[in-house]
Amino acid sequence: MRIIVPIKQVPETSNVKMDPITGTMIREGIENIVNPLDLYAIETAIKLKEKYGGKIIVISMGPEKAVEAIKEAIAMGCDDGILLSDKKFAGSDTFATSYVVAKAIKELGDFDLVICGERATDGDTGQVGPGIASFLDLPLSSFTSEIVSVENGKIRVKRLVEEGYEEIEMMLPAVLTVVKEISDPRLPTLRGKLKAKKVEIPVWDAQKINAEEDKIGLKGSPTRVVKIFTPKVTREGEKVIVKDEKTLHQAVDKIMDYLIEKELI
Amino acid sequence: MREVWTLAEFRHGKLNTVSLELLNRGKSIAEKLNAPLASVIIGYQIKKEDIDELIERGADKVYVVDDKRLENFIVETYAKVILKLLDEYNPDIFIAAATTTGRTLMPYIAVKKQTGLTADCTVLDIEEETGNLLQTRPAIGGNILATIKTPNTRPQMATVRAHSTKPALPDRNRVGEVIYKQFSDDVFSSKTKYIRFIKNESQQVNIQDAKIIVAGGRGLGKAENFKLIDELAELLGGAVGASRDVVDRGWKTYPHQIGLSGKTVSPALYIAVGISGAIQHIAGMQTSENIIAINKDHDAQIFKIANLGIVGDLNEILPLLIERIKDYKKKEANLNV
Repeated sequence: MRIIVPIKQVPETSNVKMDPITGTMIREGIENIVNPLDLYAIETAIKLKEKYGGKIIVISMGPEKAVEAIKEAIAMGCDDGILLSDKKFAGSDTFATSYVVAKAIKELGDFDLVICGERATDGDTGQVGPGIASFLDLPLSSFTSEIVSVENGKIRVKRLVEEGYEEIEMMLPAVLTVVKEISDPRLPTLRGKLKAKKVEIPVWDAQKINAEEDKIGLKGSPTRVVKIFTPKVTREGEKVIVKDEKTLHQAVDKIMDYLIEKELI
Repeated sequence: MREVWTLAEFRHGKLNTVSLELLNRGKSIAEKLNAPLASVIIGYQIKKEDIDELIERGADKVYVVDDKRLENFIVETYAKVILKLLDEYNPDIFIAAATTTGRTLMPYIAVKKQTGLTADCTVLDIEEETGNLLQTRPAIGGNILATIKTPNTRPQMATVRAHSTKPALPDRNRVGEVIYKQFSDDVFSSKTKYIRFIKNESQQVNIQDAKIIVAGGRGLGKAENFKLIDELAELLGGAVGASRDVVDRGWKTYPHQIGLSGKTVSPALYIAVGISGAIQHIAGMQTSENIIAINKDHDAQIFKIANLGIVGDLNEILPLLIERIKDYKKKEANLNV
C-alpha cells in the first residue's frame, strides 16, 4: 500500500500559559510539536504498512522548521517526507491549504490512502482533511475510529458519529480522517531516529506542485480574518468551602438552589 | 434578495433538533439582511410534519430532496445533491450545525464551490456596511476568538456549534413554500457503500447533544467512583463526560472525552467533578451556559470559569447531592399528581 499522511507542526498548547494582565498567550519557550491528533494518523498508516507492506510518505506544509515534524514521523516508522514550503503559501486558509496539499499529493503519483488527523489543535477546524478529499474527488471517511478490513481494492471502516458508529466501505484510493480511538501512537525508536537524521527531506514550492497562484496563500484564501480578540473567560462565581458537616449541607443547598433557580432540574 | 440557507439534518427517520437551533441562527441573520430564510432537508421518507416544523420555526422556504439513495449519509452523494441546489438557487449564506455530518459535508462542498468556510462558529452577525456574514469562532484551544468573513465568494459558509443557541418557539400559523426536487441517477453515484449503523449501547455517550453534562476527572481517585458521576448524570437527565486523564487511564471510553483532543461541548449545565481545569479541558467546555465545579483543591483552575464552585471532598458532596435531588424529584412528582 502507498499511504500519504499530511501532518502539521503546531505549538505545544497543552502547557499554554496566558498572560493574566493582557490575556494573551505567552509564546516564549513554547515548543513546536507534531499536531497530537496527527500521531493517530501516523500510527494508523504504520499499522497498515506492517500488515500489508508498502510505503508511507509524510507531507507537511509550513516553514522550514516543520522539517522537524516530518523527521519525527519518520522516526516513528514512516518512510519518506516532503516539506511544502514557499513564501507564496503564507496566509493560506483551509481552502488554500487543502488545495496545496492536494496538488502535492497529485504530484506524488499513485497512492491508496491519504490519512489525516481529525483536526489540528491550533486552528481546530477539521476542514483540511475533507477539503483534500474534495479537491482529489475521492471518497472520504471522517472521524474514522476503526479500520475493519482492506481487501479487493476496498477499505471498510467505522466512523464515530453522535449516536454511535457508522460502518462504510469505500473504493480505494480514499481519504480518512481519524480520531484518537483508532490507535495508540508508538514512540520513535532509536533506529528510527537515526534514519530520520540521515534522510533528506525535499522542499517543494508552488511551482513544483503546479499550484495556480490565485488559489494559494492569502490571495487564494476566500476567508479573511476581521479581528482577533481574547474572550472573557473569567466568570469566577461564588465559592463555597466545605469544612464540616454544616458547611457540607450549605454547599449542597447552594447547588440545589442554583439548579432550581436556573431551571436546570 | 438572495436567500439565507440552513442545512436541516434528517437521519434514521428523524429531524435532528440541532437543525431547529440552527434555523434560529439563520433567522436572526436573514432578518438583518431582510432576506428570505430557507432550509434544505435531504434524506429518505422525510415526514411532512418535519417539513412543517421547519416552517413553523422560521423557514420561509424548504427545499426537499427525498430519495432512497439519501437514506444514509454519504458525503459524496450529499455534496452532489446540495451542489445542484446551490448552483440553481445561489443563496448568499449557507450554514450547517457543526455536527459530524456538518463538519464533513461543508468542507467538501466549500472546496467544490471554491468559497470560504468557517468552522464551529459561536457567534454569527452581519457587517452593517457590506452585508457580509461575520463569523466568530474560538481558536487556539479557546484562548482567542477570531472573527472571519468571506468577502468575495458566495455562498458564505459556516458551521455553527451545537447548543450555542435555542430553537425559536413554533408558530403553528406560519406558512412557507415547499419545493421538492429530484435529480438524475448520476447525482447519486458514489464510490462509497453504507454498511450499517451501530448504535451506542449506553444512551449517555452522546455528549454533544446533551443539555446537561456531568464530567469526572482524576480527582475521582478510582474508576469505581465514576458510579457517582453516572448516577448524578442519570438523575439530571444528562450525559457523562470525562477528562483526558481518566480516558487515558481507561476509566471511561474516548467518546466521553471532553477537551482539545476530545469533544467540544456547550450544554446548558456542566458539572465538573474532580477536574482541575487544564487548559485543554477548559477549551472543550468553557462556552457552557452554567458551570458548577466540585474540587478539593481550592486553587484549581476550573473555579476561574465556574458560576458556582464547591471546595470539598466529592465523596461527601456527591452522595448528599444525589440524595437531595431524589428528594426534590419525589416532591415535585407528588405536587404534579
